[in-house]
Amino acid sequence: MIKFLLERDTWQEVWDSLSKNKLRSMLTMVGVWWGILLLIGLLGSAKGLENSFNRLFGSFATNSVFVWGQSTSKPFKGFQEGRRVKLTLTDAKLVEENVEGIEFVVPRNQNQSLVVRDFLSGTYSVNGDFPLLDKVQKKKMMFGRFINQSDIEENRKVAVISEDIYKQLFEKDEEMIGQYIKINGMNFTIIGMFENGNVNMGPTSDIHIPFTTFQQIYNQGNQIGWMMLTGKPDADISQIEADAKLILRNLNNIHPEDKRAFGSFNLGKEFAKITGFLIGMQFLTWFVGIATLIAGVFAIGNILLITVKERTKEIGVRRALGATPFEIKRQIVVEAVFITLLAGVFGIITGGWILIGIDSAFGQGDEAVIVNASVSIAVVFIALIILVVLGTLIGLIPAFKATSIKPIDALREE
Amino acid sequence: MLNIKKLHKSYPIGDSSLHVLKGIDLSVDNGEMVAIMGSSGSGKSTLLNIIGMLDEADDGEYILDGVPIKNLTEKKAAIYRNKFLGFIFQSFNLINYKNALDNVALPLYYQGIKRQERQEKALFHLEKVGLKPWAEHLPNELSGGQKQRVAIARALAANPKLLLADEPTGALDTKTSYEIMDFIQSLNDEGKTILIVTHEEDIAHMCKRIVRLTDGVILEDEKVEQVRASQYV
Ligand SMILES: Nc1ncnc2c1ncn2[C@@H]1O[C@H](COP(=O)(O)OP(=O)(O)OP(=O)(O)O)[C@@H](O)[C@H]1O
Ligand SMILES: [Mg+2]
Repeated sequence: MIKFLLERDTWQEVWDSLSKNKLRSMLTMVGVWWGILLLIGLLGSAKGLENSFNRLFGSFATNSVFVWGQSTSKPFKGFQEGRRVKLTLTDAKLVEENVEGIEFVVPRNQNQSLVVRDFLSGTYSVNGDFPLLDKVQKKKMMFGRFINQSDIEENRKVAVISEDIYKQLFEKDEEMIGQYIKINGMNFTIIGMFENGNVNMGPTSDIHIPFTTFQQIYNQGNQIGWMMLTGKPDADISQIEADAKLILRNLNNIHPEDKRAFGSFNLGKEFAKITGFLIGMQFLTWFVGIATLIAGVFAIGNILLITVKERTKEIGVRRALGATPFEIKRQIVVEAVFITLLAGVFGIITGGWILIGIDSAFGQGDEAVIVNASVSIAVVFIALIILVVLGTLIGLIPAFKATSIKPIDALREE
Repeated sequence: MLNIKKLHKSYPIGDSSLHVLKGIDLSVDNGEMVAIMGSSGSGKSTLLNIIGMLDEADDGEYILDGVPIKNLTEKKAAIYRNKFLGFIFQSFNLINYKNALDNVALPLYYQGIKRQERQEKALFHLEKVGLKPWAEHLPNELSGGQKQRVAIARALAANPKLLLADEPTGALDTKTSYEIMDFIQSLNDEGKTILIVTHEEDIAHMCKRIVRLTDGVILEDEKVEQVRASQYV
């Protein structure tokens, strides 16, 4: 069989019979061409969406949940309902120690404060943070650095500001590292500037100062605004949320049934929904693409069937000259596979062009909705294998049709 | 060369059946040139097709070159056709999208002969029928006589033991018919066994033996003095 496929004659025969009716051969290929085009185009676009999505969230520990205190809605152990629940550093520490599957617990504080620099001022959100934040919510530093452990230990009055703040409080191209801004009336040295991300999880953050400094200047004591819990990569984030809340209820004397005492936002769950959507989309694409492909291959089979019918006499002649039924069938199947593959390769090439087109139309710049729309070699490979298999199967129908009648009847055909 | 005994063949027509060959006995030796005659519908083509293994008899015995032809698989039949038999048809049956040379080379392709050798052999046979300069031409660029000569070259290409021709001159004018017969006679002179179905007495008399079919049986089987076609060419 391999030898047969390598022989020039085989392909001469295929070429002869296809070029005999060029227009029809081309029309035959449209279906499969379109199917592959669809498959490549849609899969590539879906991949592009996924890429842009990953780029948006790439710097973010997505397997995480935010928990903050609200007010109790049930009386418990002598406490009235409607009591404000305040989380503390101790809570955070105990959660970290006792909940299984937790990777980090990041306690955070935030306040809206008046920020002044020379004659310019504005009200911005000021965050008290640990260096750990940079691990779970990577800041893209444009200049300088993020808060470090010494800043925490020494309660330094240093600030990391966002690019937006810089634009509002500084002149264009003005040096900002080492400059002072006034927060809540106190001077802070700027140590770094970060790029505003594409997505902000949780409240917007304009300025970060050391957690300990925040405690001091706002008189927060041990209290924290909220905590961000990130799970280990394969940990169940819903379970972590439930476990953490259970511990927090115990620590803060809250009724076990009290649903409103804590607020939370489970990013992991939301993220899973979107990921699920993307997977669903790819699945749908495969489904649509393959269905179209099958339809296209059927069209090829159909036309080959007509061709075989038209060539009945020729096939009769060939058999009179000594072609065995196997040789006839083999030729027809090779033709079917060849035409399917040819159409598929055209589809892949044009699909590639379309992806290049999509990329140059929608894929440029930071805000791009579709990033690097592309299909992997594996997908192309799978598509080709599917084509070969389908082509072979569909080719068998006209092949058997061609040899089902006696040579004499084939010869008698006009 | 071939030996046929009590051969029967009927075709089903609706519920009944048409008994076409009603016990044919025929034996042909090596090097014979036999004309099969008979009125239209007498079963000449049917007989020739059975001899050519394109069709199968219902009953009777058929031995070709010592091989009993009975219940052959399509594959075996194809191989025998390829090795033993050359066909010449009234309507030439050339493959219209292949040039003369490739048409002649086709039986060799199915013999599994390498391209180079195949082309050489095919060209040799085309030269024999005087059409070497036409090797690259498609069938529709050839005259009827030329087409039939290409078909003869094709039938000869695989060097068969037996040539079967069903009205080879049926679609040709008299002059061209004689040219073709002249060539067929020269093949017979070289020792090929040839069976020709024909309607025309003059063509039949260019063979060495005439078998007359009437109503599915052989009524007459006689050796004749061969008229050479060359005298008319
Ligand atoms: N496939 C078939 N099905 C049914 N009947 C057939 C078939 N082939 C031939 N016949 C019938 O068998 C009879 C003999 O046919 P055949 O072709 O052998 O005649 P022939 O002697 O070659 O005639 P002609 O000189 O017209 O070619 C005819 O009556 C024909 O109608
Ligand atoms: Mg006939």
